[in-house]
Amino acid sequence: MDNSEKLVQMVLAIALFVALMGLVLLVAGRARRRADLWQSLAFMVPALLLLTVGLIYPAIRTGYQSFFDRTAENFVGLDNYQFVFTNDAMITVLRNTAIWVFLTPVLSTFIGLVYAVLVDRSRVEAAAKAVIFLPMAISLVGASIIWKFVYEFRPDQQGIEQIGLLNQVLVWLGAEPRQFLIGEPWNTLFLIVIMVWVQAGFAMTVLSAAIKAIPSDITEAAQLDGLTGVRMFRYITVPSIRPALVVVLTTIAIGTLKVFDIVRTMTGGQFGTSVISYEFYTQGFRTLNTGIASALAVVLFVLVVPIVVYNVRQMRKAEYR
Amino acid sequence: MSAVIPTPAVQEELSHLEPATISGRARKRLTSRWASLAALIIAVLWTLPTFGLLLTSFRPEQSLKTTGWWTWFTNPELTLQNYDEVLYGATALSTYFINSIVITIPAVIIPVTLACLAAYAFAWMNFPYRDTIFVAVFALQIVPLQIALIPLLSLYVDAGMRGSFWPLWISHTIFALPLAIFLLHNFFKEVPAELVEAARVDGAGHVTIFLRIMLPLVTPAIAAFGIFQFLWVWNDLLVAVTMVGGTRDVAPLTARIAELAGSQGTEWHLLTAGAFISMVIPVIVFLALQRYFVRGLLAGSVKG
Repeated sequence: MDNSEKLVQMVLAIALFVALMGLVLLVAGRARRRADLWQSLAFMVPALLLLTVGLIYPAIRTGYQSFFDRTAENFVGLDNYQFVFTNDAMITVLRNTAIWVFLTPVLSTFIGLVYAVLVDRSRVEAAAKAVIFLPMAISLVGASIIWKFVYEFRPDQQGIEQIGLLNQVLVWLGAEPRQFLIGEPWNTLFLIVIMVWVQAGFAMTVLSAAIKAIPSDITEAAQLDGLTGVRMFRYITVPSIRPALVVVLTTIAIGTLKVFDIVRTMTGGQFGTSVISYEFYTQGFRTLNTGIASALAVVLFVLVVPIVVYNVRQMRKAEYR
Repeated sequence: MSAVIPTPAVQEELSHLEPATISGRARKRLTSRWASLAALIIAVLWTLPTFGLLLTSFRPEQSLKTTGWWTWFTNPELTLQNYDEVLYGATALSTYFINSIVITIPAVIIPVTLACLAAYAFAWMNFPYRDTIFVAVFALQIVPLQIALIPLLSLYVDAGMRGSFWPLWISHTIFALPLAIFLLHNFFKEVPAELVEAARVDGAGHVTIFLRIMLPLVTPAIAAFGIFQFLWVWNDLLVAVTMVGGTRDVAPLTARIAELAGSQGTEWHLLTAGAFISMVIPVIVFLALQRYFVRGLLAGSVKG
């Protein structure tokens, strides 16, 4: 296909969709005024149909396939799950996922919160926020490239200069350059830095809005009581925005559980850096082991559910306070 | 604040407090100087990596592969050669750029439209099991999309869609719907009931109310979600690599760049320029529509 052909395809697809929706609305509009049920169906069926065929059915099928072998033909009981929880490589994957899910939300939220407080009501607030916020707009692939360049390593030899910033800093400090992405287990931490770099902006935006919503009589009363700086932060700011903090922490945790792009772009899961969502991709789409991949997807689902439930309940609480 | 006449006891306390307040003010100025420094350090840490990559993408291949970008300040040289090569050379990023556009536009329009219709139905129409179905749709936000990918792919293969844009358009639509319906429902619900009643009395049906009254009123919400979906689809890698692989016909920019990053002997002159080409559109969209984006963010979102 050449480019113009693709654009024509796109326009045709949109036209087809618009025509289809127009037809649905036209038919629904013609229905007699009492035929409410038919109208409701016309409004809902397209979305519900897609969700049933494209989400509910596949999810059930994945759960079913997790009890079958790699070709999805022979029933193997719980073997796939046993493999996921006992195989050495898989234990590393689970360990890494745990580190990711713990560190990323905590670090991003902490940095986002501190920064939100620091720039609050300063003259350059909007610009200062945009700087931290911008990484949210770019892809995790792009963010990974940015950091891959920071971590880039060149062998420590005469006449060879470092081109990665971090190693150059090490050299300036008189230390030896090192391969940040290869040494286990520290390489996982260097990958987490990227996610923190991206997510801190999200944390900052939500928390900054929460800080601005603290009633001014509370802060004024605290100021009269002589609270300033760190103590103000500790005793007034943090307790007042607790619900927002929980929402931010859990939202980032959910996003982190599914992180796939960073591992794939930075290391391809090598050097002991793989996580569940990346392992799912390797098993399901590289080594074509449907059984294990399905089991991993189910594990991911089971891990996400409690966090989402907690997140939603906190969000409700924050809304109806 | 109500004025309080200080009693002698309080006056005594106040005079006692006076010096503390002064030193407190001094301390505040001090912390604020440290605070500015801390904020500055964070801001620099957050920009420097991007700046380094941007500068590198404009340096000649030979220089950027042998020296760090910071040497540019003593030896300034700029070129557009890398961009030219990555776009129109063997990497052919211009083709993938078009692919990204062709993938993204329908993958925003279709789910937003379908979600508007469904959200209106859940908010303003009466039908059996309405609330149950709505809760079910809401709960679907939990499902991580990984759990649907493998069976979904075999559905596409069976339908003979593999290798076209349809798997991407449909998948992105499906994965967007639960959150989109939920968010838009909340906004539709906020429209005053009197407005709808008045239109009904005038003889307007659901279709008219939806098109003439609802859509114009919830445009900001639609914009907020539209930006979310745009950034999400444009930046997506997982759906792209699982549904279409890296084929030149349909794969988006992200898939191609991830592939470049993984190849042996990193071609930094292509990778730096390529990365920025993939960032241009989302950054422009984001900066232009930041207000809506922040509003969408604060409306709360958990995306599968």
